[in-house]
Amino acid sequence: MTSRQNRIEVRLRADFNPSDLKVVDESHTHAGHAGAGDEGESHFYVEIVSEAFAGKSRVEAQRMINEALREEFDTGLHALRMKTKAA
Amino acid sequence: MSVQDTIRSQVDKNDVMLYMKGTPTFPQCGFSSVVSQILNYLQVDYESVNVLEDMEIREGIKQFSNWPTIPQLYVKGEFVGGCDIVKEMFEEGELKTYLIEKGVLAEA
Repeated sequence: MTSRQNRIEVRLRADFNPSDLKVVDESHTHAGHAGAGDEGESHFYVEIVSEAFAGKSRVEAQRMINEALREEFDTGLHALRMKTKAA
Repeated sequence: MSVQDTIRSQVDKNDVMLYMKGTPTFPQCGFSSVVSQILNYLQVDYESVNVLEDMEIREGIKQFSNWPTIPQLYVKGEFVGGCDIVKEMFEEGELKTYLIEKGVLAEA
């Protein structure tokens, strides 16, 4: 497990108490393109199920994740695919 | 005019506006490519801005909607979402309905 992957998991668990969570490092599939960076850990996929998203629109739910991971975006997280579900 | 004003006037002036990396004919990012392909498929008239050609817009658009990634799709000045959201709406048939409701796509 890579360190950013680990941090993302820990943060999302703490913030959203998910009933299901999957964090996948997809950086290798973007290797060599602009923004990919040499150190990797730039592209991630998150699948998360949490009651925190009940009644939220897709934009609202993704915004919550983006906010939670702001530090990661500030330090080189380049792209985050995500699927959010309330239950 | 500040970059935020520039963006505001772009999304107000163009009913369907896509901020992307590259252009619809030559997208330079997979996520941008997906969104422009969906819009092409639905035959929506849209304008696009290649953020790779304008660093100020590239950074400014992230603040504009408090959204950290590109692409970003706007309809009638309203932020719709990025690649995941547009793709999900398309796959579930919601995007077409939404565009028709907004009056930017004719009913088939």
